[in-house]
Amino acid sequence: MKLDDLINQVSEWLRGTGSDSDIVISSRIRLARNFTGIPFPHWANKEQENKVIEQVKAGISQSAHLKNSLFFMLSDLDNIDKQFLVERHLMSHEHATHPDTKAICLTSNEVISIMINEEDHLRIQVMKSGFDLDDAWQIINKLDDDLSNNFPFAFSKELGYLTACPTNTGTAMRVSIMLHLPVLVMTRQIDRVLDAIAKLSFTTRGLYGEGTQASGNFFQISNQVSLGQKEEEILDKLKGVIRQIIDQEKTARQALLSKHKHMLEDKIWRSYGTLINAHIITSQETVELLSMLRLGQDLGIIKGLERYLINELFILTQPAHLQQIEKKKLNPQERDIKRAELIREKLSIKKINKDNTN
Amino acid sequence: MLCDVCGKNQATVHLTEIVDEQMTELHLCEGCAKQKSMQMEQQFGLSDLLAGLADFGKHTGEIEPLKLKCPNCNLTYEDFKKIGRLGCSSCYSTFIRYLLPLLKRIHGTTVHTGKVPKGAAVGVSAADSSFRKTAETTSSPKNDMLELKTKLQEAVRLENFEEAAKLRDKLKELENKPSGVSKNKAPARESSRRKKEQG
Repeated sequence: MKLDDLINQVSEWLRGTGSDSDIVISSRIRLARNFTGIPFPHWANKEQENKVIEQVKAGISQSAHLKNSLFFMLSDLDNIDKQFLVERHLMSHEHATHPDTKAICLTSNEVISIMINEEDHLRIQVMKSGFDLDDAWQIINKLDDDLSNNFPFAFSKELGYLTACPTNTGTAMRVSIMLHLPVLVMTRQIDRVLDAIAKLSFTTRGLYGEGTQASGNFFQISNQVSLGQKEEEILDKLKGVIRQIIDQEKTARQALLSKHKHMLEDKIWRSYGTLINAHIITSQETVELLSMLRLGQDLGIIKGLERYLINELFILTQPAHLQQIEKKKLNPQERDIKRAELIREKLSIKKINKDNTN
Repeated sequence: MLCDVCGKNQATVHLTEIVDEQMTELHLCEGCAKQKSMQMEQQFGLSDLLAGLADFGKHTGEIEPLKLKCPNCNLTYEDFKKIGRLGCSSCYSTFIRYLLPLLKRIHGTTVHTGKVPKGAAVGVSAADSSFRKTAETTSSPKNDMLELKTKLQEAVRLENFEEAAKLRDKLKELENKPSGVSKNKAPARESSRRKKEQG
């Protein structure tokens, strides 16, 4: 399997399956791991970084979890490929920016990805569709056990896993849940919710993680504290918070539906109308309209559309994905045209029956 | 002696401020001292904010070991403050004394209770217990003084002058011990403020 083949499949986390997948897009757990004694990537020389890559490569070949996985040196990938992996949430933007002596390993179903020489020697990630932290934790915990058989990870009994940045020390675990909260945004309740989250020392980020603004109706909620709590405790706390947010969004959706049904239907069908008729469309507008389409599907206002198709469109309409599909570089204007074309094509093959609406 | 600020009331608080080895003295009355201490707090709050997370040394009034260097990767404490990232896993033992307060501020605690990698428990614990030991051994007698000074500052800030006087006496005792840190140098390099109450 090659990188190009990924474009033809739907990433696991985009399947739109799993619990509460009407509101929770994906559940992601990331563990940071380092080798004892070898300088962290930002402080290492090329030789040391290459040593890390060689060691990880050897370890990967021995792990049952990583059989048939893909392995790339980032210096071998062009810019579109790198951006493509970022858009699929398989690696960070930061990892793509300084590609020297960095690598990535991912399983073909895109559930597991390992960034090598990002901020830490290893950044192991497991991503699942829907609200499924238990499964994600089970996978990543086993994979971590597997890898620790081969590597003596930097660890202190008192401080836990030792990481380049003290904000990750301890469990070195970051758990992120991506949520779609269109009605909390629409009804202007979102700020109150986000304030409460911040008070509980969880952070909110945008669609693409660290450093990105929460854009449109998508929010990534993650734990801030990594030391002094067991992994399971961190997971349980986050689960509790997410459960409440889900309930709030659900309640808000029902309230809006009962009080302002026509307004909501109008907004959703207009979004659909624009999407299947537009000939030029920016990615920002696309995200906003697809968000409405997804809401329409969740509420049963629009029928005959699979959730994975809408999820997939969020990713396929991103710049690098469009260029990967076209297999060439496109300027922003060309992309806006191609994007509109792709959306029309993907949505028109679906039979949407407006009579189903009532 | 009259207050330096208002020139009306009797000065009861005598403030010695040493910044970059420059010593200034202020003699204040109760009311003006209160005002001054509020100003100081405000300044402190702002600089504290600007200095960011890594700049935690000032918080405790400690001398920052900028030149302290990790023997494994050569990262200095100054580098760490600039970059905000440690250089290697050994940096944790090198800088442990200064990392513990930082970790506490970030996470609210400094004790890991989570996962322990298989087979790591034995080999690491030996090296590990040295962590806090390092922190402890570096803590005396030089750091006992720093701790006393921190407490003294806090006592003065809270205008608990009785406690402050006790702390000042203890500090003097320590300073006069021959085994103590050079008594001229340590306080002079410190950019902290000391207030003394005269009865």
